[in-house]
Amino acid sequence: MIEISPWIIFFASIFTNNMILANFLGMCSFIAVSGEIRTSLSLGQAVTFVLAATNVLNYFIYHYMLVPLGLEYLRFIVFIVVIAAFVQLVEMIIERYFETLYYSLGIFLPLITVNCAILGVSLFMIIRDYNLIQSFAFGVGSGLGWTLAIVAMAGIRNRLKGAKIPKGLEGPGITLIITGIMALAFLGFSGIVQIQ
Amino acid sequence: MNEIIRVFKAGIYKDNPVFRQILGICSSLAVTNLLLNSLVMGIGLIFVTAFSSFTVSLLRTKTPKHIRMMVQTLIISAYVIILDLFLKAYMPSMSKALGPYVGLIITNCIIMGRAEAFAQKNKPLISFFDGFIMGVGYTAVLLFIAFFRELLGFGSLFGIQILGESWVKWTLMIMPPGAFFMLGIVIWATYGLFPHEDTEKAGVKS
Repeated sequence: MIEISPWIIFFASIFTNNMILANFLGMCSFIAVSGEIRTSLSLGQAVTFVLAATNVLNYFIYHYMLVPLGLEYLRFIVFIVVIAAFVQLVEMIIERYFETLYYSLGIFLPLITVNCAILGVSLFMIIRDYNLIQSFAFGVGSGLGWTLAIVAMAGIRNRLKGAKIPKGLEGPGITLIITGIMALAFLGFSGIVQIQ
Repeated sequence: MNEIIRVFKAGIYKDNPVFRQILGICSSLAVTNLLLNSLVMGIGLIFVTAFSSFTVSLLRTKTPKHIRMMVQTLIISAYVIILDLFLKAYMPSMSKALGPYVGLIITNCIIMGRAEAFAQKNKPLISFFDGFIMGVGYTAVLLFIAFFRELLGFGSLFGIQILGESWVKWTLMIMPPGAFFMLGIVIWATYGLFPHEDTEKAGVKS
């Protein structure tokens, strides 16, 4: 494949290939949680951290364990187990050593295991055949892009609190429409960088 | 028989996974710019939900309570792998088009939700049926969204030109924002069509 600079991947995964707005990944927690800016920011941080770490971890496991053994088709099971185990581990470490962080972040960690963005990024990495540095840049960039989208959504939702929303469109409905408008705005970035 | 009718009704409209529970939204949107992709995805999803519900239900008395989530995930992953291998072998171009979204069926909240809410407590056969119907309900919504996106975006249905040359294509519909608008409108419309007292409660699960 053509060698793409990790920086391009990094910026593309924030702006043009945003996980939520272009790839529809991580929508569940996006719709359920995005109410408050502070909480969204903590969740975003947790997701970014887990994404960057599990992506690199999955890179090593895929290329140094599954490929030599010819077990590529097992990647779904292996990736999901790695993600679940990693999240569990991080949760235990944070709980033991960083108590304040645990209270701001800890409740979100179990949520992250079922966040499709995490598994999605690992699968995209395999499909697009990234090398180690590219994978890391992709993981961090996707996490930041996700954070950007969820924090922006929280801000908009705060503004909407007093607004009169048509009945039936309240809740998930209006969130989706706003997400659509946001995605439209992000299409404006599409000329800058492009990866596929 | 009554049981079957009840499950059937719940799956198609009362608890339709996408309308009512907004579950499994991610994969439902990404593949809906073409009807054919949505159909294949839907059939794959029906297969996975039905068989994983069946298996979870078979093992429900043997599974220790505290590791049941992990067991369910592994069962689902196994069926997704079967599906992925099948698509790779018999429909390579479709497998390429669906990309990572086949694998993402694992994290689709519907399957886990059904396993947890229904299969864990019921007999294998009825669980199989419940999974099947939930999958059908999901596929119906997927196809509904895809119908409008493909028709307006490409002017075609299943790749066959319907609206002719003079139709100005709404490129927006085949791009991501179109999917968000479409699903938002679908949720709005279904709220009006099937009023449901606990919509607020069911609205944001997982």
